[in-house]
Amino acid sequence: MSRKTQALAALCAGLMIAATGCGGSGDSGGGDDNTIVWWHNSNNDPGMGYYEQVAKDFEKANPGVDVKVQAFAHEDMLTKLDAAFQSGDPEQIPDVYMERGGGELADHVEAGLTKDLSEDAAEEIDMIGGSTAGWQVDGKTYALPFSIGIVGFWYNKDLFEKAGITETPETMDDFYDTVEKLKAANIQPVSVGGKDAWPAAHYYYWTAVRECSQDVLDSAVKSLDFSDPCFEKAGEDVEDIVAKKPFNKGFLSTGAQEGPTSASGLLATEKVAMELAGHWEPGVMQGITEDKKGLGEKTGWFPFPTIEGGQGDPGAQMGGGDAWAVSEGAPEKSVDFAKYLLSTDVQKGFAENGMGLPTNPDAIESLTDPALASLIRVRDSAPYVQLYFDTAFGQSVGGAMNDAIINVFAGKGSAADIVKATQAAADKEK
Amino acid sequence: MTHDVTDPARAVPGHATSGTRRTASVRRAPGGTKGAGPSGDTWRKRLEILVFVTPALALIALFVAWPIITAVRFSVYDWKGFGDLTDFVGLENYAEVLGDEVFRSAVAHNAVIVVGSILLQLPLGVAIALLLNRRMRGQGLLRTIIFVPYVLAEVIAAVVWLQLLQPQYGFVDALTTQVGLTPPDQGWLGTPEYALWIVLLVLTWKYLGLAVLLFLAAMQGVPEELYEAAQLDGASWWQTQRQITIPLLGPTMRTWAFLSMIGSIQCFDMIWVLTQGGPANATATMATYLIDEGTKRHNYGIAGAASVILFVIAFAMALAYQVLVLRRDTQDDTKRYTRAESALVGTLFRKRKAA
Repeated sequence: MSRKTQALAALCAGLMIAATGCGGSGDSGGGDDNTIVWWHNSNNDPGMGYYEQVAKDFEKANPGVDVKVQAFAHEDMLTKLDAAFQSGDPEQIPDVYMERGGGELADHVEAGLTKDLSEDAAEEIDMIGGSTAGWQVDGKTYALPFSIGIVGFWYNKDLFEKAGITETPETMDDFYDTVEKLKAANIQPVSVGGKDAWPAAHYYYWTAVRECSQDVLDSAVKSLDFSDPCFEKAGEDVEDIVAKKPFNKGFLSTGAQEGPTSASGLLATEKVAMELAGHWEPGVMQGITEDKKGLGEKTGWFPFPTIEGGQGDPGAQMGGGDAWAVSEGAPEKSVDFAKYLLSTDVQKGFAENGMGLPTNPDAIESLTDPALASLIRVRDSAPYVQLYFDTAFGQSVGGAMNDAIINVFAGKGSAADIVKATQAAADKEK
Repeated sequence: MTHDVTDPARAVPGHATSGTRRTASVRRAPGGTKGAGPSGDTWRKRLEILVFVTPALALIALFVAWPIITAVRFSVYDWKGFGDLTDFVGLENYAEVLGDEVFRSAVAHNAVIVVGSILLQLPLGVAIALLLNRRMRGQGLLRTIIFVPYVLAEVIAAVVWLQLLQPQYGFVDALTTQVGLTPPDQGWLGTPEYALWIVLLVLTWKYLGLAVLLFLAAMQGVPEELYEAAQLDGASWWQTQRQITIPLLGPTMRTWAFLSMIGSIQCFDMIWVLTQGGPANATATMATYLIDEGTKRHNYGIAGAASVILFVIAFAMALAYQVLVLRRDTQDDTKRYTRAESALVGTLFRKRKAA
């Protein structure tokens, strides 16, 4: 009997160890002073291979330093990052990682997770210029944006031609004309991924950028006060757009980017003539079509139309990007590595490989894609680039705002409701 | 999410105790004949119970009790998902959740799914089970076909239906157009007025197989003699089913309804893939609400409060159901058989008299 009990006890102990064993730490942690853990989301070649090379080059230039590169799919990276921050354990948090800026960054700063780079990287911040604004909290810069894109209309040149459209629309009235012409030619004008909410919300962000002055937007980001009438006016503009019925059939249940029936897929397979999307669109479309070319030569781009009487600068743009941040507990060399990632050499390779829109002015010439080259010209001539609202105001306010905007798309809410829901969520943040 | 593990949690100790009770009583008999000291025996028994129950209790503590306690803790703080829990807000998050129109509509959607699932699947399930219970060609094949949707992973089934229900290009829209009807402009899942009902139909398709399978199994347990007796009495097929089969399915139906109810309250995967709770929150459930608030908006306090409310609702419903409905089955086990047996005896007796 005693032997049986012993065996049982051993079994129990084994079970309990197995049950608690999952708490063990992985090797993703910060490590010692000379090991830099770097998380990025370029998990496909050529980007993944290129970043491996970048890490090796840095190790060669800095003997003794070991850069541990971890490439994730974008969504996985965000989840992992959340989990690492939730643990609060410096061993789990990567040393160099991606920040999207805005309210999310402000939360990270408040929790003491992110390093202030204002002094250590003053030169790089100066070089990048005004675009770093989205990554500043109380006048200090916490991350170095390495790719910034803007949201505009991607269109199919062939379908525009077929509908007899010779010039891309500049004002809202032009835009409605374009929509009517496309409809008359039996072409669905615009696709939008209403199921995912944010693609539809971009319409409101844009109309608000057109309706509100830079001052109003800036102070709204700081004070979370949405009482300026331009915010409701922007909602009314969205109501107008929805009322003109430019969108694909079933847009409320259309996904953003997954598969041929998503909003991007409809554009890539020539089922619709245009879509409002960011600089990622050509890459997404290439992933969807079988020949990996997307719309290819037919791809065109034009900025969001201007709105008459709007307070916003007509040249202003709406977009966002990614920046390299250094976590608070990271080894000193991490800052050097983040700075190295912004160097002309690295950014040139970044542009040549089509990995994004470089922020280092010397690397811009290296962009090979003609559509992206035209987009970056618009970006760099813009007086300011407003960060996506859901990023700028933080996920909590942004989520409530997106929800209210999609209600307007579904005919279940009004412009006033957008402001009301946003303000209600913002008041909770104060 | 949480209470999905709660049930086994409540079931496991029950099983364990009844199990040990049985072993204990078996053991006591030989122990008594041997005349061993009673005190040594109880200690041994206690040790035995401890050894058998500890691993299960440890796992429950780790994977059920601890997460629940953590959720309750989160729910009284304003927490963004990182940093320390410092901003204590008391019950504010609960007030927030209960005051949120989206959450209240989510509760209503859950209720629709709970009631709708039972109202649709119970009659359909019984009807199909009755049909499949008759001897016919291809019976095995038909039973398999009915059960296949249940075997599919919920996410896979949802993706398949998402493709079928695709506006304009999907099979369902093509079919409706072919027969001369106009599908809704926004597609079946994109129209707020239809979306929940479509989700309910897909859920019915998915889970009908389980109901049919359980009812069929229960039908195998109905004593053949009852049918024979009924036949001798000249009962029609329909009368036999109504008077014998369906009453004897009662306990199975009640257990099945309980499982269905729990599943409906947790309903998440299918909705997340089909609509993500949209359009305009028309298909939001409590589970999608808390995922949305937690992982998407980083309002972990609100999500914690919502999950606690979800837990309480599910727990209260489960408890009420146990007390009000299932008690009949657990307590009156003997009575039920007696009733069946007395019916049998009665008919046999009548048969003899007639002879």
